[in-house]
Amino acid sequence: MGFLVVAAGVSILTTIGIVVSLLLPAIQFFREVSITEFLTGTSWTPRFQDPTFGVLPLITGTMWTTAIALSVSIPIGLGAAIYLSEYASTRTRKFFKPTLELLAGVPSVVYGLFAVTFVGPVVLKEWLGIEVATFSVLAAGLVLGVMIIPTVASLAEDAMSAVPRALREASYGLGANRMRTVLRVVFPAAVSGIAAAIVLGLSRAVGETMIVAMAAGSQAKMVTDPLEGGQTMTGFIASAALGDSVQGSLQYNTLFAVGLTLFVLTLIINIISIRLVNRFREIY
Amino acid sequence: MAAITAEPTAVTRPLTAASHGERNPQSLIFLILLWASLAFGILVLVVLLVNTVLEGRSRIDAALFTNYTSQIDPATAGARAAILGTAWVIGTTALLAIPIGVAAAAYLEEFASKTSRFARLVELNVQNLAAVPAIIYGMLAAAAAVAVGIPRNTVIAGGLALALLILPVVIVATREALRAVPQEIRQGSLALGASPMQTLTRQTLPAAVPGIATGTILALSRAMGEAAPLLLLGGLVFVKFDPNGLLSGFTTMPIQIFDWAGRSQVAFQELAAAASILLLVLVIAMNGLAIIIRNKFTTGR
Repeated sequence: MGFLVVAAGVSILTTIGIVVSLLLPAIQFFREVSITEFLTGTSWTPRFQDPTFGVLPLITGTMWTTAIALSVSIPIGLGAAIYLSEYASTRTRKFFKPTLELLAGVPSVVYGLFAVTFVGPVVLKEWLGIEVATFSVLAAGLVLGVMIIPTVASLAEDAMSAVPRALREASYGLGANRMRTVLRVVFPAAVSGIAAAIVLGLSRAVGETMIVAMAAGSQAKMVTDPLEGGQTMTGFIASAALGDSVQGSLQYNTLFAVGLTLFVLTLIINIISIRLVNRFREIY
Repeated sequence: MAAITAEPTAVTRPLTAASHGERNPQSLIFLILLWASLAFGILVLVVLLVNTVLEGRSRIDAALFTNYTSQIDPATAGARAAILGTAWVIGTTALLAIPIGVAAAAYLEEFASKTSRFARLVELNVQNLAAVPAIIYGMLAAAAAVAVGIPRNTVIAGGLALALLILPVVIVATREALRAVPQEIRQGSLALGASPMQTLTRQTLPAAVPGIATGTILALSRAMGEAAPLLLLGGLVFVKFDPNGLLSGFTTMPIQIFDWAGRSQVAFQELAAAASILLLVLVIAMNGLAIIIRNKFTTGR
């Protein structure tokens, strides 16, 4: 019994561990760099002779890749979810749902390689004739979006499947066709679950590392053009971790300041998602 | 007479789709868009698999399995250290995550009272941890390794990072599996005089094994493809020895792929694709196994 309680406590210890291990180096960082400079500066050059520590370039990079990813994964994920939940036969669903979920099982480094060797140079440049740089925010965001499709689709499908059959029958009974029933009855009834699916997709897009580290490039600048490269928060952490900064140095602590920012950001997203779910929850 | 025979058709007709706008242009376009969404996902998956196989097939050879990586000669370099490293790290991850995850889930599901503050706190934590970016777990493991005074680049640190990463998944899957075990089994066991703990270990847990296995295999396959937390453990790429213990240095296949993919020579990109094929085969096999287990044990429902 004691073991069970201790095991349950591991999750609490993990949270405390994360907070402590991020906070201690981050506090050292903020002793040398003011929080105002960090949060409002538009230049991020922590490795230069004359370093600057404005985190906004990393934030804009993250926002761009996330926005592109969501513009792919929300419509396509929801479309697939509606089809699987409302139109597909049981057999079709049994085949397509796990197949779609394989997309989430593909390791992110493989997606990264795919973005660098295929989506950027072949799909975007050759097929679509878009002038993208070798490393581009667009290619990274698109592939990131594909990775998140099953997250959105699977949860949204669960939410729509949970809508009681009686609601659909009532809608048909009033003379609505299937499209109307889906859009006016099932979708609104499942909106809390669908919102949760989208927010989870959002938080995965913000936190995903390997695709953006490989495909978006490593130049931290204010991102205004998605056809060019940029760096995200996770991308910076990954590339800085590969460098050999001495533990306890300002460069090393920079890593944790960005990590803390990322952690706080995803925590806020998570809290919003829980609020959202409670607010829109339909009681059947 | 004609009026009477016509009547049933008139009554049943509104229930058939065509007469009720099921096939009007709007609905058809809507259905085509839905189809296209599903097809897009599957299509990208197929293109990704085909592209990876085409790029990497020339390097699926014996050298990939037997040779160590090389900085200068991609034509004969291999993933030996990465393959063994993956086995060591994922083994450690499983040994850490499964007992802790199952025990935590058993506590929450079978023993904790719904009003216990500790249980609610744990639950909230599990929820939050599931949304923490993977790379943060690398920072935690790095800090933990430094705190106990071992080097960051060790099998145990990598296993710890990945185990904490997948712990929420294992806990959630185990709870669902336990919840699906009929109450009668517990009551029967308790009625025969078994203690709650005996009931758990001899009746409830064994009955929940298929569900736990499904969730755990999926979680481990995710851990196997994960590179981000391990990057934080530093200096992982140029391993040219077989990892041989918990305190040994290591590299894993995703990390090795990341390194090769970042090099400019085409031969390294091919090598990265070849190693990706290997990783994909492993991950898809584990996913398939999980689906088989799930389908085999849920036929009744």
